[in-house]
Amino acid sequence: MRSERSPILEVGVDSVFHTILIFSIFLLIVGHNSPGGGFVGGLVAGAALVLRYVSGGQAEVRRFVPFEAETLFGVGLLVAATTGIVPAVAGGTFLESEIWETEVPVLGTVKLSSTLFFDCGVYLVVVGLVLMVLGVLGATEADASQPDDGEALVDGPAVADAEAETGAETGADADGLREERP
Amino acid sequence: MLGVLVLHLVVAAVVLALAPTLGRRVMLVAALAPLGTGLWAATQVSAVLDGETVQQSYRWVDQLGLVIDLRLNAFSLVMVSLIAAVGTCVFVYASAYFGDRPDLGRFGAPLVLFAGAMVGLVLADDLLLLFVFWELTSVTSYLLIGFEDEKAAARGAALQAILVTGAGGLVMLAGFVLLGQAAGTWQLSELLADPPTGSTVGVALVLVLVGAFTKSAQVPFHFWLPAAMSAPTPVSAFLHSATMVKAGVYLIAVLAPAFATEPVWRPTVLVVGSATMLLGGYRALRQHDIKLLLAFGTVSQLGFLVILFGIGTPETTFAGIVMLIAHATFKAGLFLVVGIVDHEAHTRDLRRLYGLARAMPYTFVVAAVAAASMAGLPPLLGFIGKESALESLLHVHAGWGPAVLAVVVVGSILTFAYTARFMWGTFATEPTQARTIRSRYAVTHDATAWMVAPAALIAAPALVFGLLPFVLKPLVVDAAASLGEAVEDPSLSLWHGFNAALGLSAIIIGTGVVLFLRRRTVERVQAMPRRSVEAAAGYRQAITTLNDVADRTTGVVQSGSLPVYLGIILMTLVLLPGSALVLAAAWPEELQLASSWLQVVVSVAVVLAAVAAARARRRLVAVLLLGGVGYGVAVLFMVQGAPDLALTQLLVETLAVVIFALVLRHLPDRFEPQTWRIAQVPRLLVAAAVGVFVTAAALVMGNARQGAPISVEHLARALPEGGGKNVVNVILVDFRGFDTLGEITVIAVAALGVLTLVRAGRRSEEEVP
Repeated sequence: MRSERSPILEVGVDSVFHTILIFSIFLLIVGHNSPGGGFVGGLVAGAALVLRYVSGGQAEVRRFVPFEAETLFGVGLLVAATTGIVPAVAGGTFLESEIWETEVPVLGTVKLSSTLFFDCGVYLVVVGLVLMVLGVLGATEADASQPDDGEALVDGPAVADAEAETGAETGADADGLREERP
Repeated sequence: MLGVLVLHLVVAAVVLALAPTLGRRVMLVAALAPLGTGLWAATQVSAVLDGETVQQSYRWVDQLGLVIDLRLNAFSLVMVSLIAAVGTCVFVYASAYFGDRPDLGRFGAPLVLFAGAMVGLVLADDLLLLFVFWELTSVTSYLLIGFEDEKAAARGAALQAILVTGAGGLVMLAGFVLLGQAAGTWQLSELLADPPTGSTVGVALVLVLVGAFTKSAQVPFHFWLPAAMSAPTPVSAFLHSATMVKAGVYLIAVLAPAFATEPVWRPTVLVVGSATMLLGGYRALRQHDIKLLLAFGTVSQLGFLVILFGIGTPETTFAGIVMLIAHATFKAGLFLVVGIVDHEAHTRDLRRLYGLARAMPYTFVVAAVAAASMAGLPPLLGFIGKESALESLLHVHAGWGPAVLAVVVVGSILTFAYTARFMWGTFATEPTQARTIRSRYAVTHDATAWMVAPAALIAAPALVFGLLPFVLKPLVVDAAASLGEAVEDPSLSLWHGFNAALGLSAIIIGTGVVLFLRRRTVERVQAMPRRSVEAAAGYRQAITTLNDVADRTTGVVQSGSLPVYLGIILMTLVLLPGSALVLAAAWPEELQLASSWLQVVVSVAVVLAAVAAARARRRLVAVLLLGGVGYGVAVLFMVQGAPDLALTQLLVETLAVVIFALVLRHLPDRFEPQTWRIAQVPRLLVAAAVGVFVTAAALVMGNARQGAPISVEHLARALPEGGGKNVVNVILVDFRGFDTLGEITVIAVAALGVLTLVRAGRRSEEEVP
């Protein structure tokens, strides 16, 4: 998006980026007992991506997150929904939570709740959302000439209308129907 | 039984995964699902024939009373066997029908899912569950009709089919709700054992029947079925002749024994069924496209089935089941034959096809058997079905009996005539006609065994059960008994002696032959009315009107002005809860201004930032000041002891400022200067009103609580039940996990919508430089 980059900004972002990401995961994990959780963690990770964006634009974000926002939505929803379905299949109710406790040598008693997986799903969806916003609003200069919202509003119904009409005409014309050979 | 449904899900996923590597052979993998279902059904036959009803119940969402109740009685066994048998053959056929293309997963997976939904539909013992499967068949049918989505006709037909059947399904849901309320149960078997009565039930039945009519392509909703023929032939054979369109018939068959005596039932069912049977037959006689000919023939036969099952006496139900089996076998077989003809001759036009009997002897034999069954010729199952239907109708002692009998006879004559037209036009060699146009479509060899064998397998029961009807008899007798009363003295055989039914059969065949021999005259008569009334025109008109109304409503409601939208929202807020506040508010006795000095300092800062934001000239400044307001509020949360809320507020505020900044790049640097100061007066008024309202509301609401706050319970249960000390998080992921799941789904779907719109906008921009 910009022709000149700021080295100071880039180095600065480089130095904090991973720390912020780790902090976001920290928030995700401790969320059950202290402030944090999937939503907050996802927002922090999103903020890290925003920093990347500010320092190096869309390409820089892409370098660190090589998937589409859709993928994150899909995986996130899948993880969250699976957390719900697994206990239901195992004989409990939908989204019933389970808590496991184990002794880990150095860390002591570690408690793991199945809701953590659910929170991971939320985390991924939120990160996907930030990624989408950056992709949509912050793309390239070419988008500056994009039609603004007002025009899009006017366009919307007209396009849908045209589609529905062609659909109705072609679909209902049963007598004139011909299928090309497969 | 649940396992059978899960099998379909698994196979669908596997098909999707393997499709790119296996090409068209992935259809053989898909065939495992119906094959497995068939094997499972076979293991249940002896139990079901012993009069057992296999049941399985799984509590799904207890709080909503949603239960997966499945039951297998003899009638559902008949349906499951049909679905499994036709399904297996169709999948094998499809493995040869398509060319090798990598995207067949898009075809195979919905087809497997459809088979699963259809099995679920006939196993469901719960009205709501039945509805869910019902809609699933509509959705998968939509995907399958529109498979060749580069063709506008296929897309239109798919849309039309889902609009008609989907709307019918919703009407049916309303009927189900009324029925369930009247009966006090959602369970189908309980409902049928003790059917409710009353005027509500009458209304409910009509609504349910509308759903059944749309699904089973009854007049005046029949038009979607012929249009759906733009789907690939395996779909036409499986969904649109053998199974899905039978869903409505199935529902009528299940409900009829319990509700046939309701005053609305028989008039509705018989009038609609009769009209459908006659119209379908008449239109079929007029088609040149053999696939459309068969489609209208299906419409006609569905009308026949609706009549038989709708009457609801044990004899007609018995005959209906025989006809149902007969129709599924001969019609699916014929559709597969049409697919073969299309595949080899590259046309489906009767005026171009000729003499295929010589070039494709095996296909011809299959077609001949199936067609003879359809026309009702002995010694085939179609003949036996028609005989028992006529016989049962002769035994109806009611005023409408002879009229319905006449309709069935006329419909059968038409059936004979269009069957003869189909066979003659496709397979016979007409010496008198010039062959110049036709020779282009000459066929030299028969299709591969992968295509002919499935067609033969599907059509085989027409002959086997025709010659050996006693094999089929116990199952049909039990199936009829499982629907209602058992038939007294059931008989299922080729020869009943010289009786009235045989006489009627002779009349049908004789008149049919005459109609066929005089086909030029028939064609001329049919061509006479220039402007025929078509139901499809009504559909087009309805869609156009709907679009017009939506257009105009949008024009009025969506002015496109952001200030107007905001003004409406804010004034609604002020007027509705605001008036309640003025009328019935209990003002607090004493007010505490602040609990710490920090609060005062931060509040003053927030107010200053807000005022400055309103007065800012540059957009970026305004956005930053707004962000400052948000940060201030976050600090207030912090002071109040809500770290989670504060953290979230802080992060959301940060991202909001960034997003604003991104948007601002597309906007002018400064706000447009307000030249006309009067225009600001209404805005000022709205702003002041909202400010006063929010302040007053905040003061009053803190005192207005009457019940115990839910937070007490949440706080008490968070650690022991949720296992977390952070109550906010426990609520989000555990107590209210369902809500959260819904919320992230909404967010993801909305975001996908935005992405799609933006990308579409970019694409169209690239096309227009």
